Amino acid sequence: MSSSTWEIVTSSLPQIITAAVKYTIPLTLISFVLGLILALITAMVRLSLMRGPFQIVRGLFWGYVWLFRSTPLLVQLFIVFFGLPNLGIEFSPWIAAIITFTLNVGAYSSETIRAAILSIPNGQWEAALTLGMTRRQVLFRIILPQAVRVSLPPLSNSFIGLVKDTSLASSITIVEMFTVGQQISAKTYEPLLLYSLVALVYLVICTVLTILQSYLEKWTSRYVPTQH
Amino acid sequence: MLKLEHVNKIYGERHALNDVNITFPEHKTTVIVGPSGSGKSTLLRSLNLLERPENGLYHFDDLTLDFSQPISEKNVLQLRRQTGMVFQSFNLFPHLTVLKNVTEAPIHVLKQAPAIATSTAKALLAQVGLADKADQFPTALSGGQQQRVAIARALAMKPKYMFFDEPTSALDPELEADVLRVLLKLAQEHNSMIVVTHNMEFAKGVADQIIFLEEGEILYSGDPQTFFTEPTERIHDFLSAMNFMIK
Repeated sequence: MSSSTWEIVTSSLPQIITAAVKYTIPLTLISFVLGLILALITAMVRLSLMRGPFQIVRGLFWGYVWLFRSTPLLVQLFIVFFGLPNLGIEFSPWIAAIITFTLNVGAYSSETIRAAILSIPNGQWEAALTLGMTRRQVLFRIILPQAVRVSLPPLSNSFIGLVKDTSLASSITIVEMFTVGQQISAKTYEPLLLYSLVALVYLVICTVLTILQSYLEKWTSRYVPTQH
Repeated sequence: MLKLEHVNKIYGERHALNDVNITFPEHKTTVIVGPSGSGKSTLLRSLNLLERPENGLYHFDDLTLDFSQPISEKNVLQLRRQTGMVFQSFNLFPHLTVLKNVTEAPIHVLKQAPAIATSTAKALLAQVGLADKADQFPTALSGGQQQRVAIARALAMKPKYMFFDEPTSALDPELEADVLRVLLKLAQEHNSMIVVTHNMEFAKGVADQIIFLEEGEILYSGDPQTFFTEPTERIHDFLSAMNFMIK
């Protein structure tokens, strides 16, 4: 490695990491936490047994999941940030990004959570109900704690996916990691080096998350005797 | 007292319960027998509203429910809090320790203080011979042990009636004996119990009243002595078949 290459690495890496700390990581964390809350609400509404006018609400949530899973994330970002101002709805890039990522990850995760809830045997519901618990108590005290274990691997997929998807925020003027890499590459004419550095930082972040996932999986499976 | 009047439950074309009229006396053990698919479980599960019959009346002490009308959530909860259920497949909560399985409902449904619920639970676990398993997770236990935890879990709610839905059908004979001993003791202590079982020896030993069900109809209800003298040809055939299965 020539000394000038090494210079580029040492001068650009701190900038890329700064962008990760200022944009990529907070954008991911905020959107994922909000997305999970939205996903849980969506899953519960879609699994609810209520009839009558409530079915319209259930239909709306179905429509939301359908819409956000059936259109590209990049297009969703553009509609929210560049499109909605035509209707007089304007967001800052940050807010537009958080709204879009939250809605997108919420749609996918709601299906994960719905499947995890459905995977818990009916006998668990029956046992808890016959003890006099309300449906809400059964859901929060008996079903969801078990569903967490089932949903952990696919939710980790969504989380890791979101880390990388935040690079799309570059397209709505957010100067996150990818944009920083792009800017330095334009100045130094070293696209291979710069984009590799950007990739490396994503790799490190996602590796940490992968390790975290395996710890969480062990912890949530502590009551399951045999793990293959 | 617990009583059903003209109760019908229909699955598609099939009459799972056909004009069922029966009283389950307090402090007695009623055993429900009959061939598979005769409606035994449906009958039991109707009593805690896991199944909803189409029509008929259900009297539980002063409470009367009309199955043809919507039943309020309040009545459903009230009724379930006074009845305990033990399932064929145990249905313990796998994410909770044995002790927490037993204290869960007393603490969160009856709002008992955790210390009180815990000491009651420990006493119940000792009663079913599992005091040393309190801090284990259910999956570390044998089937027979799990079922005894399930019995302790139901008893912790101090229900007026205990329902057992084929409680030993998933167990091999040695483990079955441990569970049957617990049931026998509960019956001897004059708990109000309703037991669905295929085990005729156990039925003979424990029943104060026998109900014989076939295709949703009660073909016999009364004292066990008479039942085991095989008063009708159908009961004779049924008991012969059951005996053949045992031998």
